[in-house]
Amino acid sequence: MHLLTVDLWIPNGQAGVMSLLRTLLLDVVPTIQQTAALALGRLANYNDDLAEAVVKCDILPQLVYSLAEQNRFYKKAAAFVLRAVGKHSPQLAQAIVDCGALDTLVICLEDFDPGVKEAAAWALRYIARHNAELSQAVVDAGAVPLLVLCIQEPEIALKRIAASALSDIAKHSPELAQTVVDAGAVAHLAQMILNPDAKLKHQILSALSQVSKHSVDLAEMVVEAEIFPVVLTCLKDKDEYVKKNASTLIREIAKHTPELSQLVVNAGGVAAVIDCIGSCKGNTRLPGIMMLGYVAAHSENLAMAVIISKGVPQLSVCLSEEPEDHIKAAAAWALGQIGRHTPEHARAVAVTNTLPVLLSLYMSTESSEDLQVKSKKAIKNILQKCTYLPALEPFLYDAPPNILKHVVGQFSKVLPHDSKARRLFVTSGGLKKVQEIKAEPGSLLQEYINSINSCYPEEIVRYYSPGYSDTLLQRVDSYQPLNN
Amino acid sequence: MATLARLQARSSTVGNQYYFRNSVVDPFRKKENDAAVKIQSWFRGCQVRAYIRHLNRIVTIIQKWWRSFLGRKQYQLTVQIQRRWRGYRVRKYLFNYYYLKEYLKVVSETNDAIRKALEEFAEMKEREEKKANLEREEKKRDYQARKMHYLLSTKQIPGIYNSPFRKEPDPWELQLQKAKPLTHRRPKVKQKDSTSLTDWLACTSTRSFPRSEILPPINRKQCQGPFRDITEVLEQRYRPLEPTLRVAEPIDELKLAREELRREEWLQNVNDNMFLPFSSYHKNEKYIPSMHLSSKYGPVSYKEQFRSENPKKWICNKETSTAEAK
Repeated sequence: MHLLTVDLWIPNGQAGVMSLLRTLLLDVVPTIQQTAALALGRLANYNDDLAEAVVKCDILPQLVYSLAEQNRFYKKAAAFVLRAVGKHSPQLAQAIVDCGALDTLVICLEDFDPGVKEAAAWALRYIARHNAELSQAVVDAGAVPLLVLCIQEPEIALKRIAASALSDIAKHSPELAQTVVDAGAVAHLAQMILNPDAKLKHQILSALSQVSKHSVDLAEMVVEAEIFPVVLTCLKDKDEYVKKNASTLIREIAKHTPELSQLVVNAGGVAAVIDCIGSCKGNTRLPGIMMLGYVAAHSENLAMAVIISKGVPQLSVCLSEEPEDHIKAAAAWALGQIGRHTPEHARAVAVTNTLPVLLSLYMSTESSEDLQVKSKKAIKNILQKCTYLPALEPFLYDAPPNILKHVVGQFSKVLPHDSKARRLFVTSGGLKKVQEIKAEPGSLLQEYINSINSCYPEEIVRYYSPGYSDTLLQRVDSYQPLNN
Repeated sequence: MATLARLQARSSTVGNQYYFRNSVVDPFRKKENDAAVKIQSWFRGCQVRAYIRHLNRIVTIIQKWWRSFLGRKQYQLTVQIQRRWRGYRVRKYLFNYYYLKEYLKVVSETNDAIRKALEEFAEMKEREEKKANLEREEKKRDYQARKMHYLLSTKQIPGIYNSPFRKEPDPWELQLQKAKPLTHRRPKVKQKDSTSLTDWLACTSTRSFPRSEILPPINRKQCQGPFRDITEVLEQRYRPLEPTLRVAEPIDELKLAREELRREEWLQNVNDNMFLPFSSYHKNEKYIPSMHLSSKYGPVSYKEQFRSENPKKWICNKETSTAEAK
């Protein structure tokens, strides 16, 4: 049986190979059985048509039946077959569940050999990954307490697989996440964050974030397991996925209520996330950006906390540098959430010169729909509170009419009260531009323009109105000099 | 004179008639008097009531004005108090500016502390990694030196790294001096491992040889002649082994099978010694008696253990004969 390799796969001869392997599974010599099972596994792993063929040829019931009584090598190979079949699609995974494999896999989880446990946990993970019903079936078979025991084993590979299995079970619905928490997984997962292995950290952080994303109670339970400030060290890890999952976890915790965001801010999480954003590129930044947006959205004090942690320059750098549209959209949304509360916040955002960038994103035709909508909302929110006139002036020149309305409105609110600003407005050519704006009489824009004009003496308004030089020349033409 | 007489005759009754006529009017007079009094009293009452009403109206106006004046004063006082209280409340409880400033200061301090701590952590990790790398390099160099120990220079012949034209020996020379010579590992007893499955699971490529599109260069003058297609050559060179069943079996398979058979039959034996057909084969063997036979103490008679005989108590003088005596 040493001859058997995957090179024997021939597209037309599938059925032949399957039935041959099926007979070999029933062979007397145990090595032949193991090798046949291994071959089946590798065939099914390669392609989902082959996996379907494995299911159709009724091989699974035979495997499941003999899983219970064979030695550990056979168990590993059979679990490998189940994993390979179950990973392709929900229907195949359902076929595995229907032939009663879950109970035997759970029995394998209780085996002494860690390799067998790993193979069984991997198979369960791939089955539970697809949808909520399959996860529920895995949970009903009693896998969760055994997986929690597997996490505590000393072998790193087993820990990794068990953590990823728990993560895939908990991600579908709050009830499943509650089941995972009830089995006491959170405390063990939280302890293992300190483990130096990068892949293990990545799976643990993913599991914790899937648990905490569903509801406030679950997030509070995760926080009670004392993950802060240990999680912040994961944000400095060299591995990109660990950083991404750590920022995802912090985002899922901070998004629920202002109290949880407050907790994150008090633990110094905001600074750590901002540094993390600065050191990554691309999709790894996205959860961090969203976390800043969620924190700032809850209340103005938290938004101020984000501002003083130097979040706004970092976000504007992300907005300008990133090539991907969805990351830009997230950065635009976050900036809008920060700047919308009070004039102080809007000023902090406007000072960093992000408003022109947002405007250009809104106006450019290459931006996706989502990006345009988000940048428009952000500009609107910030402009309604912005009293920092030097940042507003460029808007007078290139903004589209709907945004121009807001800009002029802001000017009309600020100018009546501030004389220095009025002088600056005139000298920088803003008054001239305002006169050139055409607005329908009676519209809001016209009202704003009138209120601006009323801040200045009549002569200046006439001086800057368009066509003034023509009217002067006309007067020169029509003037009759006094004949002496 | 006649009228006078008549008048004098009537004079006594004049008085009575006068009285009588006056008194006839009396009740009417009283009645009319009462009526007049009533009318007058009612009229006076109306007058007074009107006057009182008038007074009431005036008093109401005065009171109205006075009360409004009082109320306005009260209102201003109350509003002042409420204004002060509301300002205080908002500043202290709803939006405490100074508290907020303190909080933001504390937050920024925490942020700085965390940033510093994380920097230190990252530095520590880098240092550890560098140290681990250095150690690995050391180990590798040490292993290399141990393998190349034979290149050490002797007294007569300087080694490669100890050229006489150099001012001081190459660092490798010193490394070689420090290293202990490497002994070959003793060949381990080759076990037929049936656990090669774990390797199979990890292996994902069918060809485990390195492949390259061009053959390695040969530093000689160009060979002449048409050459075969490179892909064909590589295919032939790296063709995976497909041995026949006969070749795949080990070469001493027959011997192993015989051993196998012998082992199985040995399991079924009761006695390891070979059965030899004639007693003369056992002649040279010395007989080893059993423990009972080899002790100097004889067996105890069964009869003596259990029966004690007292001849004086016998009824008849002869012994009973046992079955064997007959």
